[in-house]
This record gives sequence, structure tokens and C-alpha cells, in this order.
Amino acid sequence: MHWIIAPVLLPALLAPVIGYVMRHDLILARVASMAGAVGLLGIALHLVVMASGGETLVYRLGNWPAPFGIVLVLDRLSAVMVLLTALLAVMVLWHASASGWDRQGRHFHAIFQFQLMGVCGAFLTGDIFNLFVFFEILLIASYGLMIHGGGRERTRAGLQYVVINLAGSTLFLFALGVLYASTGTLNIADLALRLREIPVEEAALVRVAAILLMVVFAVKAAMFPVHFWLPGTYSNAPAPVAAFFAIMTKVGAYSIIRVHNLVFGPGVGATDGLIANWLFPGAVITIAIGALGVMGARQILPLVSFAVVGSMGVLLIAVASFTPEALAAALYYLVHSTFAAAALFLLADLVLHRRGSGALSALPATAQNGLFAALFFGAAIGMAGMPPLSGFLGKLLVLDALRAREVIVWAWTSVLAGSLLTIVGFARAGSVMFWKSTVVAMPTTPPAHPPAGDTPGPVTTAELVPVFAALAMLGALAAFSGPAAGYFEETARQLFDHAGYIDAVLVTGRGE
Amino acid sequence: MEVVVASSIGVLTGCGVYLVLRLRAFPVILGLAMLSYAVNVFLFASGRLAVNMPPVLSKYGEAAYTDPLPQALVLTAIVISFGMTAVLVMVALAAYLEAGNDRVNIDSPANGAADEKAGS
Repeated sequence: MHWIIAPVLLPALLAPVIGYVMRHDLILARVASMAGAVGLLGIALHLVVMASGGETLVYRLGNWPAPFGIVLVLDRLSAVMVLLTALLAVMVLWHASASGWDRQGRHFHAIFQFQLMGVCGAFLTGDIFNLFVFFEILLIASYGLMIHGGGRERTRAGLQYVVINLAGSTLFLFALGVLYASTGTLNIADLALRLREIPVEEAALVRVAAILLMVVFAVKAAMFPVHFWLPGTYSNAPAPVAAFFAIMTKVGAYSIIRVHNLVFGPGVGATDGLIANWLFPGAVITIAIGALGVMGARQILPLVSFAVVGSMGVLLIAVASFTPEALAAALYYLVHSTFAAAALFLLADLVLHRRGSGALSALPATAQNGLFAALFFGAAIGMAGMPPLSGFLGKLLVLDALRAREVIVWAWTSVLAGSLLTIVGFARAGSVMFWKSTVVAMPTTPPAHPPAGDTPGPVTTAELVPVFAALAMLGALAAFSGPAAGYFEETARQLFDHAGYIDAVLVTGRGE
Repeated sequence: MEVVVASSIGVLTGCGVYLVLRLRAFPVILGLAMLSYAVNVFLFASGRLAVNMPPVLSKYGEAAYTDPLPQALVLTAIVISFGMTAVLVMVALAAYLEAGNDRVNIDSPANGAADEKAGS
């Protein structure tokens, strides 16, 4: 049963060892960090097997019973999120090592392990204050990763990123204070239980807390009114870090699914319909902003960043309806969009490094132009939602789930129009970057930012492995869409079994 | 006492929000520090205000006590916000040394299209 704490403990123990013992030996740090990520992958697979029975497993830290002690909770959703994190971590670490990003600053691998610890902890915790603590751990590590390598633009963007997240953390604490003052507990299951007993006329404070928490999670998930940080941050972060940040937006989405479904969700009189009424329009506008941003982007990294914003909109529009079918579709799309964003960021890094400029303009073709073009094509149709990759199925599931009368017009219009604009944006970017480049003869002017030092050689197989792995995940998600969708349907059913979660955590927790 | 605590939280929050909305790094850091003080006092008050009471259950049963959990939460929040402020100061210092000024927004024309969109 101690496996449940392992995804938090392993990176937590490994990070200081990498940071202090292996600080002068990059090869050793790479090996240790990769071993940690692979170990995490093994643990995550074991957790998925453990959770696949459909039980909600509880691990009591210090063995105090649930509302008094702190618990970790493993259900299907937590398990699949930890697995997703571990898969992404292996790809990103491989890319960072193969492309030499980890050499451009110090302590990349140690900070990365701390980041893993925070993300896994956020997915596993059953206590909302611990969710805050794990958020802070993953944020403080992400600050380090964001400004890894330094440079004027990156540090400036990093400062903005830190400021907006500190403001978000303050809001989170205000929300927790309000929740504790009105319910006297911070355990998620206990909160869910108590909120069901609060009469509607006394629920004003609770409604404030629910909205505050939604704003906090929306900052993480880059939803409309508070998404402005994402393009600047992702475009200026080191590319492997931006690829890993694909899971950070999902932490926000996960928190909305977990907290706002269970605690403030359907069936709770005090906050009935409150969240969906705000989440749905926010998600629609998020899709529009993402699509317009993709159309308007003049550089490749902002292009991918806005595509991430758009994909978060599609994800949240499905979450906002709070039905099991829509949630299953949202989870499928969540996994898909994580790998699609990672593939695009990792590929963009390889291309960017060789073109010397991220501008979406015709520059002399690089070596292996055809290979890059093919990979970009694959990742772009994955992100935009074209068959045969999983983006198409994901969006199809989302649309199929959103057929209720009151949502169908806005949801279908925004998702379909957003997809069209995204396709056009990516098609234009790809044709300018890869096709027009083949007819540009010689550079009339040298590239604006020539790569420092030696010109990079042709891309090696090792550098391509993570991109291919991410694309393979999209393919696998499409090929095995039946079992995957079945798993996510079971997951959604478990998420809507509120009584089952509350009973497992508060009474019959089996963790020893 | 309620009035004093409530108005101090309000004043701290108001000043904090005002300072965070400034565009220079130093006022923003001060503003975030004020916001974190405000939220710490707020968390403390979330366990109800009580004077001269122990934060533990007395073994003599009848004695009143104050809720210990918010105090533990505040301790955690103080440690985290202290660490975060230190990181923020370092990042702001690095940004200042790299860029030569302490503006928080990204607006110089040299920054390129990526940053125009980010700052807009």
C-alpha cells in the first residue's frame, strides 16, 4: 500500500542527491534523473493497475483517520494523471539531455525532479491545503525551470510568470480561509460532505470560495480572463520546459475536475450551477482566443502556445457541463492534448535551433527539411484535430457529449470554428516554414539571431526519439481509442460516484 | 477587535493590489508581500478570533480554547510566502541586471512579435 506515496517520495529524495552529490557531473545527473523518471513510470503503471479495480484507495500519512490526518487518495483519475506525468517526464528529460538544454544552466535535473514531486503530489492529495502546498512546490520548481539558461527576454517573462502565480497563490489562500471558516475542514471528502448540509441561504461565503478557487485553477489552466500569462511564458521558456508545462495547465484542469465536481459540483444545493455558468462562457472565449492567436502568430513558439490555450478551451468546455459522458471525453482530450503540445514544442525546438529564427517566414531550408515538415504535419493535425490521430477522436467525443439543447450551439460552433482556424493557422505556418523555404535561394540578409557558437549539425536520432514517442502516443491513443475511451468512461463514472469517494476516504480507507 | 482585524486585512489587501498593479518590480514585490501579510491575518481569523486562550483542549474539559489548525496553516503559509518572496526578489534582480530597467511589462520594440502578444 505504500506505493501511493512513492510518486512523491522518489523525486523528493532524488532531487537533493542530484543537486548536491552530482552537481559537477552532468552525465551522472542525466542518468540519475532519467532513472528516476523511468522509476516513476514503473510506479505509475503499478498505480494504474492498483486503481483499475475501481476502488478509491486511501493512504493515511501518519495513520490518522481521514478528517484529522492528511490523506493521499488514489483513484483512476489520479493514477492516469501520474502515468501521464511520468510518460511526459521521460520524453522531456530525453530531449533536454539529447539537445543539451540541461547544459545551459545549473541544476536542471534537480529542479525537474522537484517539479515532478509537486505535480505528482497535486494529483494524489486528498486534502485541499496540501493541494495548495503541492501547487507551491511545482510552481517554485517551475520558476527555476522557466528561467533556466537565462537571457533578457526569458528572465523578464519569468518575472511576469512568478508575479501572476504569486497573486494566484494569495487568492488560493483566501479561498481556503473562507472555506475553513465556513465548514471547519479542509479535507476534500469532508468538505464535500459538509457542503451538502449547508442550507442555500447561508451559502454566500461558500459561493465566494468556490468562485475564488475556480479563478485560481483557471490561472493554472489558462482559461479566458486569466490566460494572458501563458503565451509569453511558454514562448520564452526553454522548449523542453515548455513541453513539460503542457502538464501544468492540466494540473489546473485536474483541480477543477476534482474539487469543483466533488465539492461544489452537481447535487450540492449551495453552489448548484454556479461553476458551470462561469466555466462554460470562459471556455468558449478561450477557444476563440486560442484560434485567433494561432492565426495571428508570427513566430512558431507563440503559435504552439496559442494552440495550447485553444486546447485548454476545448477541454474546459467539456468539463463545464459536469456530466459523466462529457467528463470522459474531456479526460481523453486531456491526455491527447498533453502529448500533442509536447510533440509540437519539442519539434519546434529542433526546427528553431536549426533555422536560427522562430519567425514564420520563408528562410533557406534547413537540412532534413522534409523530415521536419513531415513531423510538423503529424503533430499539427494531432493538435488541430484531424484524423487519423487522436485529436480528431477527442474532439468528436467532446462534441458528441455536448448535445444538450442549451449548450449545443455555442459548444459546437466554437469547437468547430476554432478547429478550422487552428488548421488554417498551422497549414499556413507549415507551408511557409517548410515548403516556401525550399524555393528561397540564398539568404539576402543573415538570420536575425544567428545561433550562438557552432552551427548545429543535422538532427540526430537521439534528438528525434521524444518527438516520435509523443506522436506515437497520439497514434496509440487513436488506435486503442476503444479501450482508452472505456477506461475514461469508468473514470468519469467513479468521479461522479461522490458517495463512494467520501465513504472510502472518511470511513473505510484501507491504507495501512 | 473584529473591526481592527477586518479593516487591517482590507487596508493591507487594498495597498497590496494597488502596488501589484504598478509596473515596476520593486512596488510589485512590496505589493505581493502585503497581500501575503493580509492573507496570513485572514487565515488566522478564519478560526474565529479569541484572546488569551490556549490552542489545545484543556484536560479540565470546560475551558475554552482557540482553533489550532489555522495557526498551523498560517505557519505553513508564512514559510511558503517567505520562500516565494525570496525567489521573486532574485528573479526580479536577474531581470533588472539583464534588462537594465525594472519594468515588469514587456513593451520595448526590440522584443519581437512573441512578446507583443504576451503583453497585450
